[in-house]
Order: sequence, then C-alpha cells, then structure tokens
Amino acid sequence: MIKVSLLTLSLFVATLAQAVEPGEVLEDPALEARARVISQDLRCVVCQNETIDESNATLAQDMRRLVRQRINAGDTNEQVVAYMVDRYGDFVLLRPRVTPQTWLLWFGPILILVLGGVVVVRVMKRPASNVGEALSQEELDRLDSLLPEDNETS
Amino acid sequence: MTPEFGHFALALALPVALVQSCIPLIGAQRRDAALMAVAGPAAMAQMLLIGLAFATLTQAFITSDFSVVNVFQNSHTAKPLLYKISGVWGNHEGSLLLWVFILAVFGATVAAFGNNLPDRLKARALSVQGMIGVGFLAFILFTSNPFLRLDPVPVQGEGLNPLLQDPGLAFHPPMLYLGYVGFSMAFSFAVAALLEGRVDAAWARWVRPWTLAAWSFLTVGIGLGSWWAYYELGWGGWWFWDPVENASFIPWLTGTALLHSAIVVEKREALKSWTILLAIITFSLSLLGTFLVRSGILTSVHAFASDPTRGVFILALLAITVGGSLTLYAIRAPKLEQGGLFAPISREGGLLINNLFLATAAATVLLGTLYPLIAEAFELGKLSVGAPYFNTVFIPLMVPLAILMGIGPMLTWKRGDLRGILSRVKAALAAVALVFGVALLLSGFSVTDVAGAAGMGLAAWLAVATLTEWSGRVRLFKAPIDESWRRATSLRRASYGMTMAHIGMAVLIAGVSGSSAWKQENILTMVPGDSVTVAGFDITLNGADVIRGANYESLQGNFTATRGGNAVTLTPERRVYDQPVQQTTEAAIHTTFWADLYVVLGDGPDESGRYVVRAYFEPFVPFLWYGILMMGFGGLISLSDRKHRVGAPRTSDTVAAAAGA
Repeated sequence: MIKVSLLTLSLFVATLAQAVEPGEVLEDPALEARARVISQDLRCVVCQNETIDESNATLAQDMRRLVRQRINAGDTNEQVVAYMVDRYGDFVLLRPRVTPQTWLLWFGPILILVLGGVVVVRVMKRPASNVGEALSQEELDRLDSLLPEDNETS
Repeated sequence: MTPEFGHFALALALPVALVQSCIPLIGAQRRDAALMAVAGPAAMAQMLLIGLAFATLTQAFITSDFSVVNVFQNSHTAKPLLYKISGVWGNHEGSLLLWVFILAVFGATVAAFGNNLPDRLKARALSVQGMIGVGFLAFILFTSNPFLRLDPVPVQGEGLNPLLQDPGLAFHPPMLYLGYVGFSMAFSFAVAALLEGRVDAAWARWVRPWTLAAWSFLTVGIGLGSWWAYYELGWGGWWFWDPVENASFIPWLTGTALLHSAIVVEKREALKSWTILLAIITFSLSLLGTFLVRSGILTSVHAFASDPTRGVFILALLAITVGGSLTLYAIRAPKLEQGGLFAPISREGGLLINNLFLATAAATVLLGTLYPLIAEAFELGKLSVGAPYFNTVFIPLMVPLAILMGIGPMLTWKRGDLRGILSRVKAALAAVALVFGVALLLSGFSVTDVAGAAGMGLAAWLAVATLTEWSGRVRLFKAPIDESWRRATSLRRASYGMTMAHIGMAVLIAGVSGSSAWKQENILTMVPGDSVTVAGFDITLNGADVIRGANYESLQGNFTATRGGNAVTLTPERRVYDQPVQQTTEAAIHTTFWADLYVVLGDGPDESGRYVVRAYFEPFVPFLWYGILMMGFGGLISLSDRKHRVGAPRTSDTVAAAAGA
C-alpha cells in the first residue's frame, strides 16, 4: 500500500517505468541472476521500503545499472554491496549489518524467545502432584461409549 | 440529509458515549441495577447516532456533494458507484468514522444479545466500549472532522487514487476494521474481568466468539490486501513486509495466540492472567496498527511531527488505553486464581508453546517495523529494515510452530502421551518424505529448490497430521464405517473449524514456499506477432488497442497463451485515469488450479512499435488464497458451533440430554 503514495508522486511522470527494464538486463544469465539477488537486498533510497529490484523510480533504475556495472567490472557480490553502501550509506541495506547499533534488532527476537521460554518452563514446573494420569485406552473406550454425543476434545 | 445533520449526530454520540462509559461503571461498583441498565440503551443510541453520521457521509459521497471538503478531495462524479461508496473510507477522516461505527455496532450487539451475561460483567464491558468510543469520537470531532464544508463549492472533485479504485481494496479496510474492532470486545471483556477480579470458563466462553469473529475478519482482510498487491502492483509480489502490512499482521499474530489461550481458560481455567494480557496487547496493537497507518509516522518521525495536533492526540489516546489497561492489569492480575495444573507434555503445554512462538513472532515483527524509528530517535543512524531481515528472523520462528501444530491437537488435556502420538504421525512423516522427494525430483537440487521442497514437506506434514487427528476422532478404519460416520456427523463444529483452519495453514505454507522458490519470469520487448515461452506457455502478442473506460483511458494488450493445445486470451492493461491523472497497470492473470500465468504490458510502443512485456509464471500462488479462505472459513465454522452462539452457555437441558444419551 505504500506504493499508493509513491505512485501519487509519479503523477507527472510521463511513462510508468516498472522495475527491471529489458534494456538493463545483462546478457550473461548467471551475472544477471547475481544482479537480481543483490538488488533484492538493496533499498531504493528515495522510496518507502521498496527494493531497487521492484521500484519504478528513476533513481532505482540508476542504482540497478550501477550494480550491473560493478558486476561487469568483476566485483564479487560483497564488493558490489560495499560499493553501494559507500555511495548511499547503511540506509541502502534492507538487511542491516550486525553492528552494536543493530544488536537489539538482530538479537532481540532470540532474547524474547529465550526469556519467554524460561517463563514457560517455570509455569510448567509448578508442582504437578495433582496432575492425573492420562486415561488408558480401555478407559477412553468406555468413556466414548458413555458419551457418544459429545466426543470432541478441543 | 445535510452534512451538518451527520456532524450533529456525531457530536451527540460523544456525550452518549461519555454516559455509557461512566454510569454503568458506577452502577456495577454500587451494584445498582438501574444505573447498570443505562449501558444497553446508551450502546443502542450510540450505534444509531454514529450510523446516521456514517449514512450522511455516504450519501454525500454518492450524490457527489463537493461542498464537503472530504468528498471534494476524494471523489469525482465519473467514478463508478462502488468506488464512490468505498471512497467514504478511502481517506483518513472517513476511515476513522467507519472504525467507530463498527465499534458502536459491536457494542450494540452485546447490548442486544448479551442477556445471558452476568449483569455486572456486561455493564463493565459496555462501559469500556464506551470509553474507546469517547476517545475515537473526540479524535474525529476535534482533529479529523469529515463533515467540514467548502465555500465556494467546486464543480468537480479531485477524484480517488486510482489504485484504490479496485474491488479488492474496496473491501480491504472494512474487513481489517472488523478484525481490529472485534478485538476491542476481547479487550473490553478483559478490562471488565480485571475490574471484577474474576476470570472463569464462562468469561472465556464469552470472549472466544468475539475473538474468533475478529480473527476471521482480520485473516480475510489481510488476505484481500495481499491479493490486491499481487494483481495490482504489476510484478507478482504478494507480501512486502511493508510497515503498513506489518501493522495489521502483528495483531493477527497475537490474536491467533489469544484465540488459542482462551481455549485453555475455557477448558481448564489455566493461563488466565496471560490470556487477559494477550487480550489487552492484541487490541493495543490493533490501535497501534490503525494509528501507525493513519498518522504517517511510518514514513518518518518528521512526517508525524508535521501534523502535531493529530499526532499528540494519537499518542495521548494510545498512552491512556495501553497505560491504563496495563496498570489495571499489574494491580489486579496477581489476584486472579491460578487454574488447573498440567504436565509439560499436554494440550495446555502445546498451546502454551504455540503462544510463546506467536508472541515472539509478533514482538519480532514489531521490533523490525519500529526499529528504523527507534534508531532515528536515538540517533543510531539511518537504517532500513526490509523483507530480507524479516524473512531471516520470521521463518525460523514459524517452522517449529508449524511442526508443533501437527501434533498439538493430538495431545490430551492435563497429561499427554508423546509416545502414542509418535506412533500416530507415521503417515504424516511418510507424506513429508514423499512430497519432499517428489518436489526435489521435479524441481532440481539448488538451494532454492531444496528450501521450496522443504516448505512443501512442512505443508504435507501439517495437512496429513491434521487429517490424522480428525480420523482419530471419528475412529476411521478402527471402528465400523457406520460408527465412524455417526461420529463424524456428531463431531462439534468447533472441531471441524479447527481442522479446516489448520489445513488452510498447510495450504498457505505450500503457497508461500512454492511461489517463493519457483517463480519464473521473462522481461523483454515484443512487437505484435512476437512470441515468448514461459514455463511451457507460448505467449504471443497480437497487438494493443486504446479503449475507453468509465473514468480512464486504457492501452489494452492482446496476448494469446497456448500450452498443450489450449489457448487463452490475456488482456493486460495500462490505464491512465482522468482524475487524478495517474497510471495504473492491470495485470492479466490466467489461473490454473496450481499456478498463475501473469502478464503485464509495460512501456510502449516505441518508435519501432515495441512494447515492454513482463511475463511471470507464479506457481502455487492460488494456494495462498485457498489457504487464507480456508482459515477464515474455519473460523466461521467454529463460530457457528452452538456453544459459541452469542450468550448460549450450555443449559441444564442440553447437559442432561448429553448425559442421558
């Protein structure tokens, strides 16, 4: 839905360019595939939460061309990304790097899961003395024959 | 009806809401039946007044009354009727009015059909509903009035954003709001129970139908949004981890957890205070979702600050609701009685772990969505958090959840028998091996293929394990077939709802995995007569014509796609709307049961008559929609169970009948 406002901005754009254009595609399919993978992790820096791979913005097109230029120049994927970060800053990365500034972001989920897990274990470890044994199959069958109309358990 | 009439009705609804929030509360405290009885009529009056306001605004939109600023800014005489109506909620002011209208309808429903509710619980719950109403009505009246007038009256309106002129998006907001606001009922009952100091099985039985209804609507609402993005945005994506999407997905996750923990309260009177907390959190996140979208804070902290009146109001409203309810919770929750005990391996244990994963997933999505704002506020640098982050952290949380989902329903209450269950999942394990193997053989052995095949295996696991659980209930192949039949027909609808929703989840997992792994695309330029092959479809461009629609002009491409002798015609469009002047793409989608062929007409023709064409093969995308529909439908089946009928606690008659049979 964020694209809604984006396209509002493109009101004065004569033609609607859309994501990767045929003219941008690299001839070598292997290199093109790499370009696509890299593009999907890079943000179009003038858009709201769009990758350069899917964005219609002119800047995104320039950025896509830049990625392909670097690939053609023989850069590895990491070098291409590093080049883009040099030019556009960390903002360009849709998958932020693990730095002290993003520790909370990256390790927060694990922390929550572990803390929650500790609470769950404590809840379960409450004295279970009066927890009855599960019914045996015989007892279950007998119960079924007693309560044939109400055999749901959820 | 003049707009002032609607404005007046809305202004009148505010004092009514104030009365509804104060008088019954005092009545419940003093055990004064007369004061408590005010709640019902007040809730009814509120629904009527807000309904009048809503009807007035709708009428202004239908008749294109451009003297109303809101209509002028969001409508146009040439717009089809459906989009004149959906334009009512296609803007900030109108969508808030819809929100508060749904709130009032739900409140009136409790007032009208809640005769079996304990008087004090009912009075308190309606009072809390009234308070929410007060907050929203004040917000609308003081900062976002949809009835403001214009002078002089413009001859024509500015039109509605063409992207919103679409059937999927016309019904997306009402569905979402039915979900959000439905959770307000769980919230009101939770706060009422805290005031009461008492949570029991009867309480859970009251909250579950509201939660189920809210959850079903929210599921379908999110699905509609995703479907719209898929066919409208023109490149075949269906989920972007966009902050706006996340805003609705987070309450869905906690709402799903609430749905399950309320079962434990109802059946075993355990997890009471956690369930209350979840009800509070889910509605708070719904509020947060509404406001994140409405306030513009997601674009940037600065966009938020550009409209300080609304921003401050929103913050205050959130702070009072969340802060107030959590404070009450902190004071009262420790006094709630602890319910039934259970062993770690038991239905309760399984549901608790389900809650752990769902709550963690919700917290994760919330963290990722707000992190750029947090980083900006604390000057940690300008960061982006997008799909690659969410996929990395979210999928590892969902996989164990889906595995547990297969066996959870097989566990018995209090103490389950894991060994017995392991012997029951043989069929599911065999299905995993089979599906995984076949998927690998058909696709290949790259990393993506293996991931896709693993996702398919997970879907097979969940589907077969869910069916195994059902066949165990009806003792399929273990008892004579007529007995199984009898059992199948006497099984509770709630149980069928669960089976349906869980299989829906399996289908959804298949859709997510398959479409992510095996999408194919071809981006090229074509002149009429050219052909291209995508996933076995031969696609030929026959030509393109300019056609005229109700309020747009369209370049409509004509393609023929053939596979195995069957030919279909595909007509993707590129539209330019008259007002506002804006382009949209309308993809042409040919759907088979398994997959979609998705063709988009891009730029062109250039000087040599070439068009840019994008052709995608989208395998398993239809499974997303099947899965979502099955989940929503499962919720509704469960809702139709007689024990969930509004206010139908089991009477002594039915208990006697069950015991005597």
